Amino acid sequence: MALGSPPGPAIAAMKLNERSLAFYATCNAPVDNAGFLYKKGGRHAAYHRRWFVLRGNMLFYFEDAASREPVGVIILEGCTVELVEAAEEFAFAVRFAGTRARTYVLAAESQAAMEGWVKALSRASFDYLRLVVRELEQQLAAVRGGGGMALPQPQSLPLPPSLPSAPAPVPFLPSAPAPVPALPLPRRPSALPPKENGCAVWSTEATFRPGPEPPPPPPRRRASAPHGALDVAPFARLHECYGQEIRALRGQWLSSRVQP
Amino acid sequence: MRYNEKELQALSRQPAEMAAELGMRGPKKGSVLKRRLVKLVVNFLFYFRTDEAEPVGALLLERCRVIREEPSAFSISFIEDPERKYHFECSSEEQCQEWIEALRRASYEFMRRSLVFYRNEIRKVTGKVRAGLQRAGAGLQVAEAVLQSWLMATHPPHRTPWSSSAYPRRPGSS
Repeated sequence: MALGSPPGPAIAAMKLNERSLAFYATCNAPVDNAGFLYKKGGRHAAYHRRWFVLRGNMLFYFEDAASREPVGVIILEGCTVELVEAAEEFAFAVRFAGTRARTYVLAAESQAAMEGWVKALSRASFDYLRLVVRELEQQLAAVRGGGGMALPQPQSLPLPPSLPSAPAPVPFLPSAPAPVPALPLPRRPSALPPKENGCAVWSTEATFRPGPEPPPPPPRRRASAPHGALDVAPFARLHECYGQEIRALRGQWLSSRVQP
Repeated sequence: MRYNEKELQALSRQPAEMAAELGMRGPKKGSVLKRRLVKLVVNFLFYFRTDEAEPVGALLLERCRVIREEPSAFSISFIEDPERKYHFECSSEEQCQEWIEALRRASYEFMRRSLVFYRNEIRKVTGKVRAGLQRAGAGLQVAEAVLQSWLMATHPPHRTPWSSSAYPRRPGSS
């Protein structure tokens, strides 16, 4: 890897569980968007019409809608989506940060389709979904604690039945009792920038913690508001506290999207 | 299957939910236990040689099962092939438990279910206690609006999600 080292065997490509990826592409998990798009092969290449399926933070593309296995996938985490000026109508781009990062230029077949894709792709990151879920988690804690009633104890979220361990995927219906999270979400490390030389951030000891304090069981049981005595805080103040946290989180997320 | 390897490598350099040096053994028969830096970033588990900056590999954590194999060891396998297991050895039972919990929640699909769960819980509460919640109204409206558009995307009315009528028109779209 270092410059000047004698030419040797090429570094092996990164391994990825592609079989599982292909399975995820064609399983019965919810689809976030699907349709034909034209994809530009490379910088000076032609457009190919492909069947695209967006699921989670993965954008799979198939030869056509009946194909069993995807031709490829664009992992969307960390991307931005923009409209572009291109010879093709209804074109938009999926861009990634970093030098030599590729930009995927895609073209839809109508204005409505293009808008739908841009919207869906902008929200496709795991990070974004996590932020939304956190907001709701806080809203739930806020509405449970409100209504002008005194809070005798901090409310812990009910523990729903844990996920079934059977391998058969559960068909996901909105009204059915869905498998639900057993624990509230872990906190994301807020101040862990990647190291300059690109070396992985790691620790040999189990001292590495995802947050400033050791993981409590469960984190949200303790008052997550910045100040202590939540039990006697009026609801309006509670709401303001949570609102600030949400605004801060959102601000963080928005500014983290802008950085290269 | 083609994939954007550079972006995946860049993702492996992002701040991790969890990272530790663990023993790791691949799914092939006769695999040897190796020390690897294992790093969880969103719904990917990256593993590195302990002295290298680029990951040896990554596991997408959708549709996977995480099982405790021994008091301080767990395995990850995937629904389509449950016998093909990636083994990990931790330095303590506690560390093992932390990893198992984190990995079980590390999928996009789990996050999606959490969304519906919280939304339903909020509906239950707000359905009953409307009077005291006027001040919370604005905040809840924002969350609900986000939810609504999210749910429209994730709950297509048809069973075969690829059929063209599965995507309801969004209000305001032509």
